[in-house]
Amino acid sequence: MAIELKMPALSPTMEEGTLAKWLKAEGDTIEIGDIIAEIETDKATMEFEAVDEGTLGKIMVEEGTEGVKVGTVIAMLAGEGEDASAAAAESTEAAPVVDVPGEGKDVGRAESEAEITKPVRKTDVRDPDVPEGTSFTSTSVREALRDGMAEEMRRDERVFVMGEEVAQYQGAYKVTQGLLDEFGPKRVIDTPITEYGFAGIGAGAAMGGLRPIVEFMTFNFAMQAIDHIINSAAKTNYMSGGQMRCPVVFRGPNGAASRVGAQHSQNYGPWYASVPGLIVIAPYDAADAKGLMKAAIRCEDPVVFLENELVYGRSFDVPDMDDYVLPIGKARIMREGSDVTIVAYSIAVSLALEAAEELAGEGIDAEVIDLRTLRPLDKKAILTSLAKTNRLVIAEEGWPTCSIASEIIAICMEEGFDHLDAPVTRVCDEDVPLPYAANLEKLALIDTPRIVKAAKKVCYRD
Amino acid sequence: MAKAPRSKKTATKSPAEDTDFVLHSLQDALDKKKRYDASTEQMQSFYEQMLLIRRFEERAGQLYGLGLIGGFCHLYIGQEAVAVGLQSALTEGLDSVITGYRDHGHMLAYGIDPKVIMAELTGREAGISKGKGGSMHMFSTEHKFYGGHGIVGAQVSLGGGLALAHQYNNDGGLCLAYFGDGAANQGQVYETFNMAALWKLPIVFVVENNQYAMGTAVGRSSAETEFYRRGTAFRIPGMKVNGMDVLEVRQAAEIAFAHVREGKGPVLMECETYRYRGHSMSDPAKYRTREEVQDVREHKDPIEGLKKVLLENGSNEDDLKAIDKDIRKVVSEAADFAENSPEPEAAELYTDVLVEEY
Repeated sequence: MAIELKMPALSPTMEEGTLAKWLKAEGDTIEIGDIIAEIETDKATMEFEAVDEGTLGKIMVEEGTEGVKVGTVIAMLAGEGEDASAAAAESTEAAPVVDVPGEGKDVGRAESEAEITKPVRKTDVRDPDVPEGTSFTSTSVREALRDGMAEEMRRDERVFVMGEEVAQYQGAYKVTQGLLDEFGPKRVIDTPITEYGFAGIGAGAAMGGLRPIVEFMTFNFAMQAIDHIINSAAKTNYMSGGQMRCPVVFRGPNGAASRVGAQHSQNYGPWYASVPGLIVIAPYDAADAKGLMKAAIRCEDPVVFLENELVYGRSFDVPDMDDYVLPIGKARIMREGSDVTIVAYSIAVSLALEAAEELAGEGIDAEVIDLRTLRPLDKKAILTSLAKTNRLVIAEEGWPTCSIASEIIAICMEEGFDHLDAPVTRVCDEDVPLPYAANLEKLALIDTPRIVKAAKKVCYRD
Repeated sequence: MAKAPRSKKTATKSPAEDTDFVLHSLQDALDKKKRYDASTEQMQSFYEQMLLIRRFEERAGQLYGLGLIGGFCHLYIGQEAVAVGLQSALTEGLDSVITGYRDHGHMLAYGIDPKVIMAELTGREAGISKGKGGSMHMFSTEHKFYGGHGIVGAQVSLGGGLALAHQYNNDGGLCLAYFGDGAANQGQVYETFNMAALWKLPIVFVVENNQYAMGTAVGRSSAETEFYRRGTAFRIPGMKVNGMDVLEVRQAAEIAFAHVREGKGPVLMECETYRYRGHSMSDPAKYRTREEVQDVREHKDPIEGLKKVLLENGSNEDDLKAIDKDIRKVVSEAADFAENSPEPEAAELYTDVLVEEY
């Protein structure tokens, strides 16, 4: 059967071009790889190469023709043992390809089927019950994180920790203290200072079936590795049609510490929370740190686990339970109230709680919500509280522009507008790189008085 | 906490303490015997695989020209001997492979059905990634083929992780991590070299040197164009291999794999090859002459080269023609399948973003 030679596209966006020159004539023998013609667009000239052998039959588009649509039959090629003139006779009207797939048309699908189905979130998930009579132990966030990791390492041989100074040094911030002694160097691996490389090795090990916990000394250094967090870890499951998972935990301190300057003081919560395919967790207290760390390690999806250096040393009660695993994607009401909602996460939760105390003294009953997970965001918890208090303030230790706060404001506008009695207000850091000087640093960072002020304002009490 | 034995992660000696390191130790072994003693059957199988890749890619190029394949499409034409020679030496179901975006050939070398590969190129539901990955993002965990990665060089550190998993599980497997001469200038490649050598990871790094990083000739982008030497700073032995000769590639694979399986750490293998087509389909190829391409095609073509050996060893022209005919049929069917199967359901838009529900 004769083969139709069609006008090729040089790129997916090319729709037509000029058939500049025929380099073969009718009746010529064509070998694979022969250049048959030259095609031109405004961007490039392309040689049209034969991928089949045979004899060139009828040329149907003369050289010099402009505006030849992609897919138009430009010549016929007769195969071995075929008559070239027959190939010519067989040729039909040059017809452009009508439906170009890859440009969004539904090949073989009825229009009615083309509906987008968004997944439905689980609604019935709650924190595990702490049975009556359970004892509590005062534990620092640092220890709680370590205990969570250690418990999961005992439970699952595939879990290991890698990062700078995690083993012999016992962790730059002592979060991995004692792990080397218990689990040995195979499972607690000191890496060179090489974030991009070891983030890739961690992600690759997860693809290969292990459960890595990759520690970044701080998330500021993860900027060097963000390609693997996003392009390798977050997107692979989708790109592979669900074939290849990447169950890795990237963890480390995030946000401003104390007087360490602009390059060591940034909150990456909003960055990672904008990426589909990632889970982003940012706990505040020790019990949540432990319960969510265990959940993160068991999670089949890649997790970014954002800790806070200033909170590491603070102690909170942690229930003495064998397996305290918290649900991912669920916010927690830290304090119930009826006049105004303050939404916060990570270190800002403590400021929000302080603000609520102060507000109580002035007769304002504030509800404080700890998001705990930044992606997926617990919209329901936010909107339920808003429906109750009708006023909402977001407290976030981070820049205001394109922040978690901005996102929550958008959610309240889109889905909670009817419940609003005042504009939703954000209290964030100032929009500057964090300065070193003590006075300027203090000015730049979110604090309790600012939250109090914002809460009073939305209550029209200022 | 209980004390774990303070056993070293790997062998007691760190690479820096190894006074016997010689860059060329493996090259010497290869120079002694350049070509693998393949049986006629094996050679015929190499020939079929290479020809399948060639014909498949030619057809992919055609479908791209017709607008059936979108976006980027990087063809493997000219480089067939590399994937076929190396992958034929792997232990199936044990060793893992990872590569960059020019990945069709590596998939085909595994014997993965050309239909599901072509259907991925056309973005159809039946594609190996359900049409969600495309040309650059194909995976087969069943074959331990881990993709198909679009960020140049990223597959090298991911490959380091796959090798770490082999070592961690003590399963005796190795990882084969391919990258190009272009990717060889990415920083993370050297970060991975360092850790792989330090931890003696079972990994073979393969530079497919096809002479051009997109449109930039190696000499214009690389201070050291002898890529096999680039592991020297990390004490990784290097091998320089004629990537246009499938039997030499296979022989090099035997030597490198044996070294790695003995727990001696990584090997860096440079396969000198050539891509006949542009970097991607939209490459105007202004950076090299047609004569240069033609010269390689005529004198160094891996398929023609093996054909010659086969003919010398008793195969006849008709048999080989028959193979070609069969392969054309397979490719034709794959193309028809890819053209006629449906695009993914709209409902697939939100599936596979996450594994779990929250």
